[in-house]
Amino acid sequence: MKPWFQANNVGHHFGGLSAISGFNLELRSGELVGLIGPNGAGKTTVFNLITGVYRAAEGSIRFQGRELTGLTPWIISGLGIARTFQNIRIFKQLSVLDNVRIAHYRRTHYSLAEALLHLGRYRREERRLTRAAMEILRLLHLESYADETADSLPYGLQRRLEIGRALATGASLLLLDEPAAGMNPSEVGQLMEFIGWIRGQFNLTILLIEHQMRLVTGICERVLVLDFGVTIAEGRPNEIQNNPQVLEAYLGQAEDGGQMTDDGRQT
Amino acid sequence: MAYLFQQILNALQLGSIYALIALGYTMVYGIMTMINFAHGDIFMVGAFLCFVAATVLGLSFIPALLFSMLGCALLGVVIERLAYKPLREAPRVSAVITALGVGLMLEHLTLVFSPYPRHVPALWSSASWHVGGVTLSSLQVLIIVLSVLLMVFLDWLVRRTMLGLAIRAISWDRTVAAIMGVPVDAVISLTFAIGASLGGAAGFLYALAYPVIDPYMGVIVGWKAFIAAVVGGIGNIRGAMLGGFILGAVEILVAAFLPSTYRDLIAFALLFILLICKPYGILGQPRPQKV
Amino acid sequence: MNRHWTIGLLLLAGAALSWAIPRYELLNPYLQATLMYLGINIILATSLNLINGYLGEFSVGHAGFMAVGAYASAILTVMLLPVGAAAWRFPLAIMAGGCAAALTGLVVAIPAFRTRGDYLAIVTLAFAMIVKSALENINAVGGPRGLLGIEGLSTMPWIFAWTVLSVWVIRNFVYSNPGRGVLAIREDEVAAELMGVNTRRVKIRAFMIASFFAGVAGGLFAHLLQFISPRIFDITKTTDILVMVYLGGVGSIGGSIVGASMFTVLQECLRPLGVWRMVIMPLLLVLLMLFRPRGIMGLRDFPWFRPSVECPQRPPETHPS
Repeated sequence: MKPWFQANNVGHHFGGLSAISGFNLELRSGELVGLIGPNGAGKTTVFNLITGVYRAAEGSIRFQGRELTGLTPWIISGLGIARTFQNIRIFKQLSVLDNVRIAHYRRTHYSLAEALLHLGRYRREERRLTRAAMEILRLLHLESYADETADSLPYGLQRRLEIGRALATGASLLLLDEPAAGMNPSEVGQLMEFIGWIRGQFNLTILLIEHQMRLVTGICERVLVLDFGVTIAEGRPNEIQNNPQVLEAYLGQAEDGGQMTDDGRQT
Repeated sequence: MAYLFQQILNALQLGSIYALIALGYTMVYGIMTMINFAHGDIFMVGAFLCFVAATVLGLSFIPALLFSMLGCALLGVVIERLAYKPLREAPRVSAVITALGVGLMLEHLTLVFSPYPRHVPALWSSASWHVGGVTLSSLQVLIIVLSVLLMVFLDWLVRRTMLGLAIRAISWDRTVAAIMGVPVDAVISLTFAIGASLGGAAGFLYALAYPVIDPYMGVIVGWKAFIAAVVGGIGNIRGAMLGGFILGAVEILVAAFLPSTYRDLIAFALLFILLICKPYGILGQPRPQKV
Repeated sequence: MNRHWTIGLLLLAGAALSWAIPRYELLNPYLQATLMYLGINIILATSLNLINGYLGEFSVGHAGFMAVGAYASAILTVMLLPVGAAAWRFPLAIMAGGCAAALTGLVVAIPAFRTRGDYLAIVTLAFAMIVKSALENINAVGGPRGLLGIEGLSTMPWIFAWTVLSVWVIRNFVYSNPGRGVLAIREDEVAAELMGVNTRRVKIRAFMIASFFAGVAGGLFAHLLQFISPRIFDITKTTDILVMVYLGGVGSIGGSIVGASMFTVLQECLRPLGVWRMVIMPLLLVLLMLFRPRGIMGLRDFPWFRPSVECPQRPPETHPS
């Protein structure tokens, strides 16, 4: 049987610099997998390759039996892959509601003429889509902010809105890029619960990039470690923590904080 | 054959003027990623300063040239300080709109003082030689030689001096350049001064070559030079020179072999096609974009 | 429901006035003409705002599309459609002008949106130059001397109707799914694409709609002035429209209406100053950019512009904070 998601021998480079090479990843439906590694290891590049922001130079990425390499991001989004960004990239000057409604873009069924004249299916579809967006906001406890501009939300809620926007695309595979960045320990705890909850609620498979080891060991079932664009280890979180190669990759840059262990040990 | 040589000479003359103006656009774009839409009007001011120098002040050639260049340099710096500097952190489009407004103000202020076109007296007693059917005027030679000298000097300045390094550092990342001790404000002002003085020189030479000047002359010539800078690769010094000469050549050759009314049409159509085929210009390169 | 009645009544009153003013000469001809140019300016500013405000790109070709619409519709009424009492002749010509401009917009947009940044500004600039010099070389439409003898078909009721229609359609577009796609692209193109927005197609569509209304405005303009020449549609005209858009505020239809009105009124009020007027107008623009860079109503709109179906329906509640 073919795997649900499979990246096979994927490679990418910028100019002469190799960012990722020989990258393999398989996901089963419903899994929660962590992707860790020191800064610059190529984690975000993996996300950019999966979502079509970059086109993979080598290898193949297959999702539910379809080849993704060469497809544009908006087509890939339509196939059911959504993501968030390390530095939050919500639509800042739009309302919270519009942020979520845009995620329904591909599944709104009225023509340009109907949009221009506000006729035909426009009213029915607009009502349905607004209701659906409000439902997402309600689930995320954001509905009272629906009419506020997105950048007026506090940081934590902006993160949540970005995740909500990704959920609203109807994705089955969610890629989270450092969802806990800039959060304090108690917020991280809430976030862990939240990720677990949306996973069940929306039937998601989740791949997440994270530096905070507490979150990774707390919720991930499997972890991949990248260093210099190569997978150096893969396994259950507790196995990874004691893997000498992994420790070396992180300790090699211990002078700038040793992010991997810090947050995990402090708490 | 002689006719063709004659036209090539004319093309070099016009092209060197376009190239000088294009340099001003490209330098400002290079350092600030801003389209300085007022630059064509600085060129116009350069031509009018030439007129003032020749008539009111009665200066001779070299002092008049310096008068035009320094006057425009000053104008460029004043505009930068008053109108563009406060907008450095604003959305880029604000600065572009401001530049459009400044350009219009320059045009109409000139119009207030000069409601009708002016005739610039000859500052250079032009001799001409006939070589095998080709007429070579000393003015033409002067324009080409002077422009090329200015361009060579600029190229050296940007490639081989600390100033050039500072300009490139700022264009890469203004904040980091400032942290590294580059005097950002001074370098930006200096860049505007150099660009504007080249525009002034172009206006001066243009006024000698085509002596009837009016306040709107900078609009079309300026836009054309801007497109030349883009064709060469905006932000690229050598590209601006190349684009200027290409534009000059296209215009003169079209006018030489077709009815002259087709000149602008064909020049722009060719530039349009070139732009579509090479969006970043002939020598330009896309800036890497981080996602 | 109340709001709908108010807007309907206001529009009805406007329509009645637009018929009564010229019929009973309630205003002198000069003020009448100013009002009609105001309508055209509103169409121009609102449509350019779609590109420069809502989409966040920078087009300087609007006068070029206006020229295409003006010439196309004038050619129809002057040369092709017979002079007759047929009521459909004028609206047909205006529609044709809009369609011609929209098709031209398509031709410009396909290459222009391949890269981002200032590329659109450059391509539209080259395009505007091409339109002007092309028109100067077509003797059938008068070449540089222009096209004379256009009938004065743009009456006040017609201009009122077209202005209301244009603003309504553009507002409808903004508050719709494709319109939200346009906004998303302005905010963050990469994120928009990752949300499923086909950014290229959305941009081209928005550009065609804006061009269409520039063409409509051009057609109305030609049949109001009764004379058009390539010079009228040069870069100065585009600058005027840009001033209206940025004065009123980017990303705001109400702002464009306010901006066009202020521009038109200011221009008439400052007329006694002669040439100095043309110094003061750009000075105002520069001061505006320095002290209020988003314009008078940047990114905000009259709340009553928003279609009710677009508002969230929910039980009244208070913030949980």
